[in-house]
Amino acid sequence: MTPFHSVSGVAAPMMTPNIDTDVIMPKMFLKGVDRSGLGEGAFNLLRFRAGGPNPDFVLNRHGYRDACFLVVGENFGCGSSREHAVWGLQQLGIRALIGTSFAGIFGDNCANNGLLTISLDAATVGTLAGIVASPASNRLTIDLEPQTIRIDGGSTIPFPIEPARKEAFLTGRDAISSTLVLADDIRAFEARHRADNPWF
Amino acid sequence: MSGRTLYDKLIDAHVVRRLDDDGLVLLYVDRTVLNEYTSPQAFAGLRAAGRKVWNPSAALMVVDHVNPTAARRTRQMPDADAARQVDYFADNARDFGIEYLDILDPRQGIEHVVAPEQGLVMPGMVIAAGDSHTTAYGAFGALGYGIGTSDIEHYLATSTVRYRRLKTMRIVVTGRPALGVTSKDIVMEIIRRIGADGASGYAVEFAGPAVSEMSVEGRIVMSIMIVEAGARGVVIAPDHKVLDYLKGRPRAPKGEMWDRAAKAWLQLRSDTDAHFDREMTIDAGDVAPLVTWGTSPDQAIAVTDSVPDPESNAAADSKTAATRALAYMGLTPGTPIQSVPIDLAFIGSCTNSRIEDLRDAARVFRGRQVASGVRAIVVPGSTQVRAQAEAEGIARILIDAGVEWRQSGCSMCLAMNDDILAPGQRSASSTNRNFEGRQGPGARTHLMSPAMVAAAAVTGRITDVRELIEGDLP
Ligand code: SF4
Repeated sequence: MTPFHSVSGVAAPMMTPNIDTDVIMPKMFLKGVDRSGLGEGAFNLLRFRAGGPNPDFVLNRHGYRDACFLVVGENFGCGSSREHAVWGLQQLGIRALIGTSFAGIFGDNCANNGLLTISLDAATVGTLAGIVASPASNRLTIDLEPQTIRIDGGSTIPFPIEPARKEAFLTGRDAISSTLVLADDIRAFEARHRADNPWF
Repeated sequence: MSGRTLYDKLIDAHVVRRLDDDGLVLLYVDRTVLNEYTSPQAFAGLRAAGRKVWNPSAALMVVDHVNPTAARRTRQMPDADAARQVDYFADNARDFGIEYLDILDPRQGIEHVVAPEQGLVMPGMVIAAGDSHTTAYGAFGALGYGIGTSDIEHYLATSTVRYRRLKTMRIVVTGRPALGVTSKDIVMEIIRRIGADGASGYAVEFAGPAVSEMSVEGRIVMSIMIVEAGARGVVIAPDHKVLDYLKGRPRAPKGEMWDRAAKAWLQLRSDTDAHFDREMTIDAGDVAPLVTWGTSPDQAIAVTDSVPDPESNAAADSKTAATRALAYMGLTPGTPIQSVPIDLAFIGSCTNSRIEDLRDAARVFRGRQVASGVRAIVVPGSTQVRAQAEAEGIARILIDAGVEWRQSGCSMCLAMNDDILAPGQRSASSTNRNFEGRQGPGARTHLMSPAMVAAAAVTGRITDVRELIEGDLP
């Protein structure tokens, strides 16, 4: 996965709560055997109306077409486990999501692909959404090392992240390779586990 | 020191090693079940890196999401994309040595129906799979949870997943459900009370007398559906009903090994002094048949109620969400939900497609007809359920009522095959998700129990099933 150090760009507000992965990636785009073509799928039923772009959708509005951050409502990414939702957001150019809470599987999928999810308290997210709602103040810089979101020409917001997750984002390391280093531990565990549960 | 919860015991018994001081562990996973749409990129990753599957015999592959459910079907998928996915799935099964149930296999069906039928699931296991409703296996005292494709690849390569321990929540269900109230209604009531993220970050343990009274299938419904409140894992202490369900299943232990396993399994429970991070109690006697009115599973009301007014929501975001949901659903506040006509009635999905669900539905359909202008579809959860329903005469009752009796698959639960609603069409559905576009772009879904779907099918509008079945019973 691509490492994440410092990313600057436009943030778009998308504050509806419980935006689910069916909305992020509709089923019509789930029939591939690889990860291609999912950028078109992302938010497809919201982005397009009657064959053309839906002018009401935030990512089609002037000043937001190049957004690389989304400021989102609570429980973003709930529902289906489809990782296609994360691949699609990335293919759309999204590098980080800022919200109060992310659904469990979706959050893990983001982490596994280098899409940063930042959780902040509701008041801070609400304020930030208000600020980026104007194209005049919608540019942010997210620096992972110092764990800060800087609003261009404005204040800086610190954010928390678990150390192991931060490390993975900074290095972009492949989790499977790291785990396979522990293959002997897995084998030893497996032998004990089978002895304890011979019926498994 | 207080005792441990069943969840803690299952995790403790599967930790290969700790990965940080903050609850991140390398967790051993006993089993997985794979489907054709969330697994291809995982196998592609293994191929690209030249990796093998750590333990092929721990996995089962079954086609369920993209296949048609027409009465007659062939091994060849009718559309090119589905065919490519299924062909690649079969190639992966062969090349990596994993047992594979194709579309014509008599054991085929929805993964979460098939895995228990095959005895793949046993109490005390950890099972992770590429589908959010893997929590189904909590009903057997196994910790099941959903993972994405990257984690499927990680599991396949290592038999482990990197896992962060969850908080625990116990939901105690007391009382007796009234006639016409099912486990689906009870879990929908829980979801509406705690909200679509009310169990987010938690592993849920269902307990209490009403859960003990419930059949294993009823417990599966609860274990699956609570995902719609964000639960990431479910456990229910196994009892004799679970043993009765598993005994004799193809992958279940036999003979003396069964006796030893059964004895160990009955010990699996939370200690009496275990601490839960959150507790909730609900009286099943207070639950009415429920129906969703919106586009999130927590937007539900009793069937006797009217569509709520978004203005009654305190939080601005909830108000906006409710307004938007009503516009999508084409509903006006104050409308009695029972006056809402439907176009389609669907009974199916891993939540409600097992034999008891079909019996519930048949009880309503017996001697009645699907209302004119309504299409009713029943998709059994597995080919075995289908065969059993035919043997019990259920299929006959459904067909005589004018219902389309189908082959098994996910079908209209997510409408990845040709079972799909047209924009603006409205369904009564026994599935688990009423998200925008879930059953087709612009489609409007009302979630409810299978018996409630059957009631809507015969009257042509959302209907309180109790009015139909009260007279039918002694
Ligand atoms: S029936 Fe629906 S919820 Fe269940 S596995 Fe299939 S698509 Fe997922």
